[in-house]
Amino acid sequence: MLDFVQQLVSGIALGCVYGLIALGFVLVYKATEVVNFAQGDLMMLGGFFAFTFIGMLGLNYWVGFAGAVICMALFGMLAERVVVRPILGYPQFSIIMATIGLGYFLRSVAGMIWGTDDFKIETPFSQGVLRIGSLVLAYDKLSVIAATIILCALLYLFFNRTTLGTAMRASSENMLAAYYMGIPVKRVVSIVWAISAAVATCAGVLLAPITFIHSNVGLVLGLKAFPAAVLGGFGSIPGAVVGGVLIGVIESMAGFYLPQGWKDVAPYIVLLAVLLLKPEGLFGLHVRKKV
Amino acid sequence: MRFLFKTDYEDDIRLFPHSGYIYSYGLLLAVLLIAPHVLSSYLMSQLVFVCIYATVGVGLLILTGFTGQASLGHAAFLAIGAYTAAYLQQFNVPFPVYFLAAGLLTGVVGALVGFPALRLQGIYLVIATISFAFIVEEILARWESVTRGNEGMRVKTIQLLGTTVSRDGPTFYYLCLAVLVLTIVGTLNLLRSPTGRAFVAIRDSETAARSMGINVALYKVKSFAISAAITGFAGVLFAHKLSFISPEMFTLQLSIEFIIVILIGGTFSLHGAVLGAIFLVMIDPFLTYLKDDMPGVIAGVAATLGAGTERAGHIQDAVAAFASANGLKGAIYGVIIVVFVLFEPLGLYGRWLKIKLFFQLFPLYKRATFKWQKIYVKSERNR
Repeated sequence: MLDFVQQLVSGIALGCVYGLIALGFVLVYKATEVVNFAQGDLMMLGGFFAFTFIGMLGLNYWVGFAGAVICMALFGMLAERVVVRPILGYPQFSIIMATIGLGYFLRSVAGMIWGTDDFKIETPFSQGVLRIGSLVLAYDKLSVIAATIILCALLYLFFNRTTLGTAMRASSENMLAAYYMGIPVKRVVSIVWAISAAVATCAGVLLAPITFIHSNVGLVLGLKAFPAAVLGGFGSIPGAVVGGVLIGVIESMAGFYLPQGWKDVAPYIVLLAVLLLKPEGLFGLHVRKKV
Repeated sequence: MRFLFKTDYEDDIRLFPHSGYIYSYGLLLAVLLIAPHVLSSYLMSQLVFVCIYATVGVGLLILTGFTGQASLGHAAFLAIGAYTAAYLQQFNVPFPVYFLAAGLLTGVVGALVGFPALRLQGIYLVIATISFAFIVEEILARWESVTRGNEGMRVKTIQLLGTTVSRDGPTFYYLCLAVLVLTIVGTLNLLRSPTGRAFVAIRDSETAARSMGINVALYKVKSFAISAAITGFAGVLFAHKLSFISPEMFTLQLSIEFIIVILIGGTFSLHGAVLGAIFLVMIDPFLTYLKDDMPGVIAGVAATLGAGTERAGHIQDAVAAFASANGLKGAIYGVIIVVFVLFEPLGLYGRWLKIKLFFQLFPLYKRATFKWQKIYVKSERNR
C-alpha cells in the first residue's frame, strides 16, 4: 500500500509535467489549429535559460525563474512570427513539419551552446522531504504538483475573467469572425504563443530537480505529452492536465508492477486505445461533421 | 513550347507523354548504368543509399503525397522488412524468397495499421503512426528470441544465382537500382489505374470521393499496405547495405528523414522522392567537405580581403570549430525543413517546374501560377 502511494505521488508529479507541456500544445492548437511539435524543445530551452540565470550567473532562484519565463515568452512570440505566421492557413502537414524542423534546430543549437551533459538546477526546496506517518514525499515532487495547480487556476481566471482571455477564446472559435469583430487576431495569436512558451518554461524549471535538463529532454517528454493531450481531448485545457496526470500515473504504475519495457510503451498503448475507442478524448467535444 | 493534344483518355494516361521523355530518361538510365565504372567507391555507396531512400520515398509518396495520409512511422516498416530478412536468412532461405516475404509481411502489417487509421485524420494520424513506430521499436528491443534485442543482428551477404553479391560491389548497386526503377514504374502504373485515381480523389476530398462511389476505407487500407510493402522491400536492401541492424537504427529520427525526403523533393510527383533522396544523402559528404576544406577556403578568402595572417588563422580555427560542432547536422536538418516549408513548399521538383515554365512562357511568367491558396476559416478540426 505504501509503495502504491509513493508510486502514485511520483506518477502524479511526472504527470503534472506532461500536463503542463500538453497545456502548451492545447493552447496553441485551440487558438490557431497548429500542433506545435517543438513544445518539448521550448520546455528544454526554458530549462537551459533558467540554468544559465541561476546556475551560471548565480541569480536568486525566483529571479532566475521569472527571467527565464520572460525570455521564453519573447522567444515564443519570435518563433510564431518567423516560422508559423507565414504558413498559417496552409495544409496542416506543412505546419507540423515546420514545427518539427524548429524542434530539431532548437535541440541542436542547445546542444552546441550548453553541451550534451546533464544539468541540475539548485532549488530552495529540492532537498527536504515531507513525512506523513511512514510515507516519505520529496518536496521537489510536491512543488511540481502545487505549481501545476496554481498555474491552472491562473490560466482559468485569465481565460474566463479578462478581456484578452475572452478575445483568445473568440479567435480560437472562429478566427475570421473574431477578426470582423475587431479582435486583433495576429496579436492575440502572438500572445498565445508567448503564454504557451511560458507554461513550457515553468514545466522545464520544475522538472529540472527531478529529471536533469539535457538537450534531448524535450524530445522524450514532448512526445509523451501527446498521449496526455489526446487522452484529455485535444482542444480542452482541463483535459490536458487531467490527461497528463493519468498518463504519468499509468507510466509510473507500469514501471512498478509490469515487466521491464512496459513503462516506455504504456503511454503509447493508452494513446492508441483512446484514439480507437474514443477519439474525442475524455473532455473533448464531439463535433458533428459538416460537408 | 510544345503543345500536347490529347484526343482520348489513352493520350491522357500515357507513361511517356511525348518522345522527348524516352530520350531523356534513356540517357539518365545509361548514365546510371555506367556510374559504377566512373565514380569512387564512397560515392557509389552514397548512390546505393540514394536508391534505398528514394524507394522508401516512393512508398511514402503513395501514402502521404497521393492518398493524403501523413505517416511518421515509416521507420517501423523499414525495420520490419530488415528484420524479416535477417531472421529468415538464418534458416538459409534464398534471397528472392525472403525478399518477397519481407515485402509481403510488411504489407500485411501496413494493412493492419491501416484499419485503425481509418478513423483518424490529420494530426491524430501523425500521432498514431508515431506511437506505432515506438511500439515496434520497443518490441524489437525486447523480443530477444527473434531479434536478439539490443545486441542487434548480423546480416550475411546476398547469395543470388550461385554468386555472392558483396554489399560494396557494383552488382548490389544494380540490384538496388533495379528495385527502385521497378518500384517507380509500378507506382506510375498504379497511379494511372482506377486505384491510383481513387487515392488522389481521397486526398483531394474524402467526402467527394465517397459520393462518387469510392470505398474510402478499402482504398485507404490498400494505400497503407502498398506503401508499407514498398518500404519493406527497401528495408531488406537497407539491412544488406549496413550488414548489421539493431533497434536503435529505426527511430523517429529515421521516419523524419523519410518525410524530409519527400518534403524537399516535392510531395506531388514521384520525381520528388528521387530528388529529395539525392539531397538528403548528399548532406553527409557536404558536411565532410565543410569540416575538411571549408576552414582553409574561408581563411584564404579572408587573407585576400586584407586580414592579417594571425587574423586569418583565428578565422580558420573558428570556422573549423563551428563545422565540427556536435549538433551541426541536426541544426542543418532543422533549417532545411523550415526553409523548404516556408519558401519552397512544392519542393525541388516544384522549383524545376517553375524554372521550366518561366522559360516556356518567357516574358509572361506569373509567380501566382504556383501560389497555394490559404484557408483561414475552417478547419481540419471539424472534419
